[in-house]
This record gives sequence, C-alpha cells and structure tokens, in this order.
Amino acid sequence: MTGGAVEPNLIGLAFIILFIGLMAAFLLLRKDPLQRHLREIPAFARFRRSIGLAVESGMRLHVALGNGGIQGLRGASGLIGLSVLQRISRSAAISDRPPTATSGEAVLAILSQDSLRSGFREANAEYQFEPTSGQLSGLTPYSYAAGVMPTVHDEHVSVNLMLGSFDSEVALISEAADRTESLTIGGSENLNAQAILFASAQEMLVGEELFAAGAYLQTGKTHVASLFAQDVLRWIIFVVILIGAGLKLAGVL
Amino acid sequence: MKLRLRTPALSAIAIVSGAIVLLGYFIRIPLLSGLRSVFLSWALILSAIALVVGVLNLFNVHINKLKAGGEQAFFSGILMFSLVVTFVVVVFFGLTSQASLWIFNYLLLPVEASLVGILAIALLYALVRLFYRKLSLFYIIFVATAFFVLAATAMTVWFDLPELGFLRDWVTQTWSLGGTRAILIGVSLGAIATGLRVLLGADRPYEG
Repeated sequence: MTGGAVEPNLIGLAFIILFIGLMAAFLLLRKDPLQRHLREIPAFARFRRSIGLAVESGMRLHVALGNGGIQGLRGASGLIGLSVLQRISRSAAISDRPPTATSGEAVLAILSQDSLRSGFREANAEYQFEPTSGQLSGLTPYSYAAGVMPTVHDEHVSVNLMLGSFDSEVALISEAADRTESLTIGGSENLNAQAILFASAQEMLVGEELFAAGAYLQTGKTHVASLFAQDVLRWIIFVVILIGAGLKLAGVL
Repeated sequence: MKLRLRTPALSAIAIVSGAIVLLGYFIRIPLLSGLRSVFLSWALILSAIALVVGVLNLFNVHINKLKAGGEQAFFSGILMFSLVVTFVVVVFFGLTSQASLWIFNYLLLPVEASLVGILAIALLYALVRLFYRKLSLFYIIFVATAFFVLAATAMTVWFDLPELGFLRDWVTQTWSLGGTRAILIGVSLGAIATGLRVLLGADRPYEG
C-alpha cells in the first residue's frame, strides 16, 4: 500500500477470491438443480436438437476453435470451445462420422485432440478417436480460414460450431458453411467477429452468452455455478457504475 | 475398473502452477515472482514445441487426404510441397534471407491479400442473405446503423455537414461505445470464470 490508497493488485486478488467464493457457494449451497433457472437461449436449444439429428443422419459435427490460443481474453473463448467439444464428442461418439475440430493455433490443436479423446473415452468409444480429427488448419487468421473451408465442404458436416477467438475471417468460414446448407452457430469474444456472425451465422451467441455454453450444454455443475457467480458480479459492477456516474454528475468525482 | 493416474497428476500440475502464476501476479513476493517467471518461460518453450507438433499434425492430415485421393488430394499435395520447400529454404538460407523474404512477399502475402478481397464479397453476400433469412427489428436496426455510419462518414469527408458528423459521433461514441463496454464487461467476467474453472481443475482440456 502507498499513501493510504489500496494497492490495485489487492483489489484484483479480492475480486478473484470473491468470484471463487460465489462459485463455491452456488455449487455447494443450492440444493435445487440450478439448470432450471437458466433462461432460454435459442442457439443452444437448436444446437442440442441438431446433435441428435446429426448422429441419426450419420453426419459430422464440426467445431472451429479459432486462433486465439489458450492465453488471455482470446484464450478463454478457445477454452470454452474445448469444453463444448468434449461434451459433444461424448454425445456424438457413436455416430458413423465422429466430430471433428479445427484450430488456428498449435496448443489449441493438441488440446482439441485431448478433448476429443476424453469425450470418446467417457462414451466408451475410444476406438472412434483419430488424432487427425483434431487438426491444425493454419497458423495465420486467413490461412486458418482457408484450411477450415475444405473441412466444412468435404467432410459431410451438418453442424458448424464456431466457438473461439476469430476476427473478420470468420465470414469466410460462415459463408462456406452456408453453401453446404449446414447449421452455423457462432460465438466469439471479439467484437468484429460478433458483428459478422450476427449477419452471417444462423444462430449467434451475443457477448457473454459464449461463456454460458458449458452451463447450457450440461458440461458440468461448475459451469452453472460460475454462470450464477457472473450474474451476481455483473449486478455489483452495474451498481458501482451507477454510483460512479451519480457521483460524477454531482461533481464529487 | 481401469484406474487412470494420469488425470489427477495432470490436474495437480495445472492447479499448482496456475495458482503460483496467479498469486505471483497479485502478490509481490520475490519467491512467487521468480517462480512465476520460470513457469512463464517454460510455457513459452512448450508453446514452441507445440507449434512443431501442430505442423506435424497438419502434415499428417494432408498425407491422409493425399492417400485418400479425391478432389482435395491435389491441393493437399501442393500444401505439403510448399511446406517442405519453405522449411528447407528457411533452414538453409535463414529467416531473413532474400529467398525466404521472396516466399513471404511474392507467395504468402498475395495469397492472404486475395482472401481479404474474397472477404469483402463474403461480407456483402452475408448482408444480402440477412434480409431474406431472418428479418427482425434488431436486424433492421443493425443494417440501418451500419449504412448510416458508412454514409455519414463518406459525406462528412466530401461536404461540410457538421450536424451529420455530430450525429454520427453520437451514434458511434455514445450508443455504440456504451454497448461495446457492456459486452466487454460480460466477456471479461466470462473469461475470468473460464480461467478459474481451469485453475480449480473443474475444466480439464488436457485430460485426454
């Protein structure tokens, strides 16, 4: 601490501890299933239906994980993509054409193979796993998009899930998916990608809806608990912003 | 029952190293900061190794496509040939040699630039498609705002229209910026939650 002011780093640490505390509280204290308190998001409802349809019709699910790696804000959306990949590989493991994942970053590609293998193993279908089903498609945004387009076209894909860090190149993937008349659902932390997905994807996840994917697709209880913790913290931030704006208007700040 | 010892061990490594890096960021203790630096440098080295593994994976995918034949086999062949030639040129002549820069300037750059050109058409196509696929009030507002900002920007360059410029700035810097900040707050909270789940071992993308 310097001169009586609170060290910004300690505020950050307090925020993290509060976040973990809220997650633990929602996880442990609520006895009723938290899942039923979630509002309906059309993209997830449609996606859940499409998993079953894809398995029945012997078509493939494709998850595009973007090129953000696993670090920072960009990495968080890639990690969400990996959670969803693990979840759908569990559900669609028995399909004639098991799910496939494309990444634009090497660590993400390796983790996508791990997530696929883990999902198949949980479904007792590890024999379905092929290392090439989690592939690195390109190392720059545009080469990644160019590498994903043949996957969308040629691998009998009925659902394209774009969950990760993208930029404007997502339009190329979305356009390729549209030509095959497959379902496209997209979400990204990047605002440019969100605007493009709003126009080009059949269903899109706005803002933080991407980070709710795990909770809506029943990936685990922790996902639902963290979603409720986010809601509480969002209200706290909302009140702090309102108080700050009020103090600014009153000339105190 | 098959006992898997690998997952708890990997989780323990991820949780301990994640906690040290996080605490080293918030608390200024020399031991923590030192460990944090060591872990981050290891992460950088591992990322570089992952890049090599990733390129080998890319090679493997295209070897399989080449073996399978079909329409894409030809393009897979071109990709593998380009990959090998680029690798050999960079290893033998160096990253900043004339030969390496020639590949970058005369092959890589034009191909990526052509994709940017295709992107413009894809965006226009998406806009047109928007109207016949899902016309709703929000989409009309979205398109109308985009057209207004584009038109107002163009017109204020050519004509002296301060009121139009003010209106455009009001849309982009008040409404749009406010919405952007709200989305970013939500995204940041989601990103923190995602990071904490990995740190607490609830999400284990590495357990395969």
